Amino acid sequence: MPLGPYASFIVTSYTLVVAVVLILIVWIAVDYRRQKARLRELEASGVVRRSGRSAADIR
Amino acid sequence: MTLIDLANPTKFLSLTARVLPWLAGATSILLLIGFYQAAMAPDDYQQGATVKIMFIHVPNAWLSMFVWGVMSLAALGTLVWRHPLADVAAKAAAPIGAAFTFLALVTGSLWGRPMWGTYWEWDARLTSVLILFLMYLGLIALWRAVDDPSRAARAAAILTLVGALNLPIIKFSVDWWNTLHQPASVMRMGGSSLDSAFLIPLLVMAVGFSLLFITLHLAAMRNEILRRRVRSLQMMQASQQAA
Repeated sequence: MPLGPYASFIVTSYTLVVAVVLILIVWIAVDYRRQKARLRELEASGVVRRSGRSAADIR
Repeated sequence: MTLIDLANPTKFLSLTARVLPWLAGATSILLLIGFYQAAMAPDDYQQGATVKIMFIHVPNAWLSMFVWGVMSLAALGTLVWRHPLADVAAKAAAPIGAAFTFLALVTGSLWGRPMWGTYWEWDARLTSVLILFLMYLGLIALWRAVDDPSRAARAAAILTLVGALNLPIIKFSVDWWNTLHQPASVMRMGGSSLDSAFLIPLLVMAVGFSLLFITLHLAAMRNEILRRRVRSLQMMQASQQAA
């Protein structure tokens, strides 16, 4: 797949898109783990929601 | 499960848990097909291989406006219907929209350098998209600056609706003003002017990126609901300790 004289522009564009999308995915996944861990900590310290549901109910 | 049930955050979380794996799978498959088709697409007779940048630039540019449209609907949900998930949806969408807008600007710039001879030109299309990006950043800053989510939601909703005025300016800027940016070639009266060798990969990528947005948005909304639960439990804990 020859990309011609402007290959660096094409490769940089695709690399950047993949990098930013991966950063978004990792950021959202890490945030999810962090929030679930905080919920578990709070529940372990005896604070519970009015509904009585726990973080374990959230998949 | 009816649409009204989704107003309940717990039911929304349960739906998200079931739907997210399927959405992520469909997104991955479509984007893999799209990237493969983009790689195999023929060179353009004028642009050569640089036309390949179109397959990532255009979906990101579409999504930069679509996400603000979604946030505008959510803003109406906050201000008019006071839907409990509306401001969650708006807040979760802003960073994702900012990322798509950033990618649209940078890939456009990298496409512009070999084709126009410049990375940047202060013309109507480029400047209005830059303003959109700055508005995304402003909204994110606003959400972070106000501690109470319900107070931040109202201010953010008003700012979002004011910012929505920029969307028709972006869309029609290439028709209203003499710009360096090319006019619409896919969504235009009389149908697309693109050859199917370029149109099909572009549409596959557009659907793939749209699914990516839906997947990331649902996941980010789930995180925001959990964050608010953490906040309310922390407040309960603080009040119990104070009593």
